[in-house]
Amino acid sequence: MTGRTAAAIVSVALAAGSAGCVKFYEIAVETPIQAKIDVTGFQRVLVAGFLGGGSDTIDPNTETARLLRSQLRSKSEMRVIDADVIPLVEEVNERRGVPPPGAPAPEAPDRIREEQDLKAFEHIFEDAEYWKKLGEEHQGALIVTGSVMFTEVARSGMVTRVKTTTTASGIQTYQPVQEFADQKGFALTPKFVFIDGRTGQILYSETFHEEQLYAADVNTPALSSYFELMDKLVPAFLNTLSTQKIRGSRILLK
Amino acid sequence: MRIRAFAAVALALALTVPVLADKRSDAKEHVEFGIELARKGLWSSAIHQWDKAKTIDPEYLAAWNNLAIGYEQMGKFHEAREAYDQALKLDPNNAFLLTNYEQFREIYDRQNRRRDR
Repeated sequence: MTGRTAAAIVSVALAAGSAGCVKFYEIAVETPIQAKIDVTGFQRVLVAGFLGGGSDTIDPNTETARLLRSQLRSKSEMRVIDADVIPLVEEVNERRGVPPPGAPAPEAPDRIREEQDLKAFEHIFEDAEYWKKLGEEHQGALIVTGSVMFTEVARSGMVTRVKTTTTASGIQTYQPVQEFADQKGFALTPKFVFIDGRTGQILYSETFHEEQLYAADVNTPALSSYFELMDKLVPAFLNTLSTQKIRGSRILLK
Repeated sequence: MRIRAFAAVALALALTVPVLADKRSDAKEHVEFGIELARKGLWSSAIHQWDKAKTIDPEYLAAWNNLAIGYEQMGKFHEAREAYDQALKLDPNNAFLLTNYEQFREIYDRQNRRRDR
C-alpha cells in the first residue's frame, strides 16, 4: 500500500469515526496478479545483456543485468546462468562495421543517446538465429534482454511541501503548501524482451517508464537514483515470469 | 377527493417501507456474515454471501463494495471491476469506496498493461 493511500484510509477513517458513523472494517488483502508468460518449459534463465543508453553516469547494461540476475536468483525457481554480460550496442556496431575515427559519420548512430537512437539497434531482438545460437550455448535457456534508457531530466512546476509551524503552546502543526520549484532527477525506460532460447523467437516484451525527481539543490548520485527507479520496476518484471501477490488493505462496508 | 388520495399514498408507503426495510435488513445480515467469513480468510464463502445480499437489495452499496473486494482477492479482476462500477453508480462520492477503487485500479492497470507484443 502506498503512503498516499494509507494516509487516505486513515483520514477517511478518522473523519467517519469523529462523525460517529463507524460502519466499516479494514481488512488485509493479497491480490494475485497472473504471470504473463508460461515459463514451466524452462529450467534456466540467461539475463544476456541490454542495449544501454542515455546518461554516461552509469552503465545501464551491466547494472540492469546484475540487478535482474540477483532478483531472479532469490525470487525465481529457474537456475540463473552466470555468464558475461553481452555489450549489445557493441555487438550491433560490429555487425554493421563502425568506420574508424576521422571517417565520415555513418547514417546510423554508433551509440544510444536518445530514445530515437534505439531504432537503429533494436533489430537485434528480431534476429532469431543469433538468439537461438546463444540459447544452444546455454541448454535452451529463457533469454532476458531488451533496452535500458537512463536519462537526466529537469522539470519546473508546482510541488507540495509540508510546512511545519510551532504554536505558542509548543505544539507542532503540519500543513501542506504548494510552491513553485525547480527539480532535477533521472528517468528510466527499460524494455524487457523475453526470448525462447530453443527457437530464438520473442515470447513477450514490455516497456516501462519511471521518473525520480529531487529538489534542484540536492545532489543525488545517479547510481542511487537508478536503484530507486529499478526498485519500482522489479515487481512488474518478476510478474512477467511468475504470479505475484500484491499485499494491501481494503475497507469492507456494513 | 384529496383525503382519499392522501390516504392511498399513506397506505402505499405504509406497505412498501417495511418491505424495503426487510430487504435491507436481510441483505445486511448476509453482508455482516460475509465480513465474518472474510476475516477468517474464507473469501469464496464471503463472496457467496455478498452476492446474495446484492441480489436481495441491488441498491445496497456495502454488498457491491465488499463483493468487488472479494473478487479482487480471488484475482477475478473483470468481476471486481463490474462490482466497483455498480457501487460507484450507487454512491460516486463515498470516500471508502473511492479509496478501495483507487487501489484496485493501480493493480488492474498493471495487470492489463499494454504489451509490446
